[in-house]
Amino acid sequence: MSNEIQLKTTINGIEYDLTVPARLLASDFLRDNLNLTGTHVGCEHGICGSCTIKIDGLTARSCLKFAVQLDGKKVETVESFKEKPETRNILEKFKAHHSLQCGFCTPGFLMIIDELLKSKIKFSENEIREALSGNLCRCTGYENIIKAAKEILAHKGIK
Amino acid sequence: MIKSKTKYVGKNVLRFEDERLLNGNGQYTADINFPGMYHVAFLRSEISHGEIISIDLEEAKKLENVYGIFLYDDLKHISPIISKSNMKKYLPTKQHILCKKRIRYLGEPIAVVVAKNRYIAEDAISLINIELKELEPIIDTINASNETKNFVHPSLKTNVILERTFSQGDIKDVNLNELISIKKIFKMGRKTPLAMEPRSYVCDINKRTNELTLYSSTQVPGIIKDAIMTYLGINGNQITVIAPDVGGGFGGKASLYMEELIVVAIANKLQTPIKWVSDRYEDLLTTSQGFEEIIEAELLLNEKGNFISLNSNVYGDIGAYSIYPWTAALEPMQVAGFLQGPYKIKNFYSNVKCITSNKPPTGPYRGVGRPAAVFVIESLVDMAARKINMDPSQLRLKNIIRKNDQPFKIGSGIVWDKVGFEECLKKALSLINYDKIKHTKKWEGIGIATYGELTGIGSKISVAPGMPLNTGSETSILEIDSTGSISATFGIASHGQGLETSLSQVVGDNLGVTPNSIKIKQGNTSLITHGTGTYASRSAALAGGAAIKVSKKARNHILNVASFILNVPKTEIDIEDNLITQKNSNKKLSFPELSRIIYSDMQTLPIKLRKPLIFVESYDPIFGASTTATHIATIKINPETFKIKIKNYVVAEDCGKVINPMIVDGQVQGGVAQGIGAALFEEMKYNENGQLETATLADYLIPNSLDVPEISISHLENFLPNNIGKFKGMGEGGTIGATGAIANAVSDALKHLNIEITELPITPNKLYNLISNKDKK
Repeated sequence: MSNEIQLKTTINGIEYDLTVPARLLASDFLRDNLNLTGTHVGCEHGICGSCTIKIDGLTARSCLKFAVQLDGKKVETVESFKEKPETRNILEKFKAHHSLQCGFCTPGFLMIIDELLKSKIKFSENEIREALSGNLCRCTGYENIIKAAKEILAHKGIK
Repeated sequence: MIKSKTKYVGKNVLRFEDERLLNGNGQYTADINFPGMYHVAFLRSEISHGEIISIDLEEAKKLENVYGIFLYDDLKHISPIISKSNMKKYLPTKQHILCKKRIRYLGEPIAVVVAKNRYIAEDAISLINIELKELEPIIDTINASNETKNFVHPSLKTNVILERTFSQGDIKDVNLNELISIKKIFKMGRKTPLAMEPRSYVCDINKRTNELTLYSSTQVPGIIKDAIMTYLGINGNQITVIAPDVGGGFGGKASLYMEELIVVAIANKLQTPIKWVSDRYEDLLTTSQGFEEIIEAELLLNEKGNFISLNSNVYGDIGAYSIYPWTAALEPMQVAGFLQGPYKIKNFYSNVKCITSNKPPTGPYRGVGRPAAVFVIESLVDMAARKINMDPSQLRLKNIIRKNDQPFKIGSGIVWDKVGFEECLKKALSLINYDKIKHTKKWEGIGIATYGELTGIGSKISVAPGMPLNTGSETSILEIDSTGSISATFGIASHGQGLETSLSQVVGDNLGVTPNSIKIKQGNTSLITHGTGTYASRSAALAGGAAIKVSKKARNHILNVASFILNVPKTEIDIEDNLITQKNSNKKLSFPELSRIIYSDMQTLPIKLRKPLIFVESYDPIFGASTTATHIATIKINPETFKIKIKNYVVAEDCGKVINPMIVDGQVQGGVAQGIGAALFEEMKYNENGQLETATLADYLIPNSLDVPEISISHLENFLPNNIGKFKGMGEGGTIGATGAIANAVSDALKHLNIEITELPITPNKLYNLISNKDKK
């Protein structure tokens, strides 16, 4: 089982060049090898969305990818959000609207909203709900997540 | 007299938990690692009923980096888990730490592999050869209760491990011929709490002191610590149970789990840290499940609409074991206990059976018993209203227990006191503009549900009937250290409720300091002599009460010391915004100055005023705070797809004094979302072979952002309970009201077809079957 493969990847702006087992999941790689435990593993079958990260600017489920699939990619995890003003604002809006309770699913929602923010499209409330419907939250009933998302996306104009 | 200030209670103080949870610095159990840590994985039963014939570990043991494989015989020094109760006619079950021979549910742990990492542990699991003998699975609840040969626990010679009858009044005195009977059989499907964080446990060992620390995704660290003493014989001063950030619980993390004991036992045996993190499949199979009842119920009323009698038989499917510590009584008994709801009904009869089956144990799940009870009674009320052609809101108002009727003892013995049933109902009706929208079109419906709930209960009432465990008190330790820093410690274990914030608001008001200057410590058994945890809508009422008592005690002492230091009468001193001041003067003391004088300055104060600033108080409300809410939902059914869309949803609720409105509304919204799940989507479906048909999140559906509407919420704060803080519990209510409101709205939408909903969840599939079967008739 020691089928090790070389992996060159950039995570939150830091370049890594290392070898990993071929079967290592990207989610486990981030959490166990790099100690980036802000990415959470909720189902390991691609439904709940808690493990969502950004790969080359697009959201992806890290539990459905192998670590080696991050080769040559630029990866962003939630740990990168607190520094940059645009993503810091997403965190602050989540606080202001009480958009999280236990916080376990939250990084996935932050990733999706950041992706919506960076796309060139305007969204209606229903489209925001649609965009977030692939991520499960068991605590909030979603209402306060939607409120935060609407405010975060407001300057782009809501349809 | 200093007037009582509520500078922080009642305000939307933003949560102190949020920064760490948002920026990735939160620490859930699965995020915790230690040098030299081994990982475990479990071999679990792939059948629901059977016997182990043989287990061959040879191949698995040969695998590199596998450090041990444990079977029942290796851990048999751990005595079977027995959940005690002093209820009559209760037959406790024996649950072995791993299957001894008999397998009683799908996913029951058989073997545990210790390895370098989880991948290798799972490789080893796949190399274990196990031979099983299958037995006929006991799945159907009613059949299980009538079974004469096939038992989940053969030594008990029955599957009915607890039975109780509640009875009040005498129906024989009533002329039945004059009464209208509404009689139905209701079914509430089995659920899983489904916290987004799967259960996980890490046990660290300090070899120098031989002390163990269990990090557990639990709601009840105090209960787990006590169980570790009971079952592993490890003294309380050698084990600390810490619930770090916990990713939701909803009851699923409020019981003792075999994996929890095993992780500690193996860490202790191998003298190395051990980690187990459940995957979602394991979590679906083995976390305590919720509800599952069949309820035969009959409401008798007269032509004028007065309720005369409520009779029922409750068949509760509790799964394979009576769960520790709550017992089999927890869920089914509360269905009967709360079945009468908020109504005056003179005659009440309920027989409750708690029935074992080859399914995982049921335990607490948000609402406990009451989501099923509310579904039944509120459906019966709507069915009665249709039968006598009365508006359902009017029928409710006619029978509801009013302010002047209270205290009011219902048939099961529960006493309603200081509950605004009528007021919540009227408020909800006005919120949704009921009179304008009550006449609904085909495929559109409106449904009302009002419920009664007991929260924040004290030592006179058990969370689960007959359970020998004190869940009725909370202790708080308030400390001000040598630097003037304030901390307050509690036995509760917040797992999403924001209790670090709410309790700091309570302490802040009562001590005279800002919430952000207080460190709230919780979820750690080494910091407090006794505590259980967070469950049963208790933490705000009980820990909030302890917080008030301890803060007042501290404040009083500080005023005495400050009076000496400032040389002014105590009555002239105030504490506000962390400053101890003489009113109308510029004499003042900060907390760091106060601490320096008390702890370091050996001259200013006499010795008796130099005692450390440590204050301890316990709070026991003795009884509980009864509460209510009315939920009203409007829905629309798509006649092509049978998808049910919730259009509007209102909640008028009575949670006593609101500590943090933002958090309270969040609890209601989340609770309603789970109630929507219970009503429309969620069911753990075990087929006749005992296999789970909903073993992924693609099959077990919970509501997503398209399914939950915006919820309009109104709080009534004019029915304050007798407890110290005037707080009522409200963590579960959202789920309790939703089942009844949604079921009634769906029935209303189908009135043109004469279809009434008697089974939840009502999925598009079930709706299609109901409608097409009706067409055939």
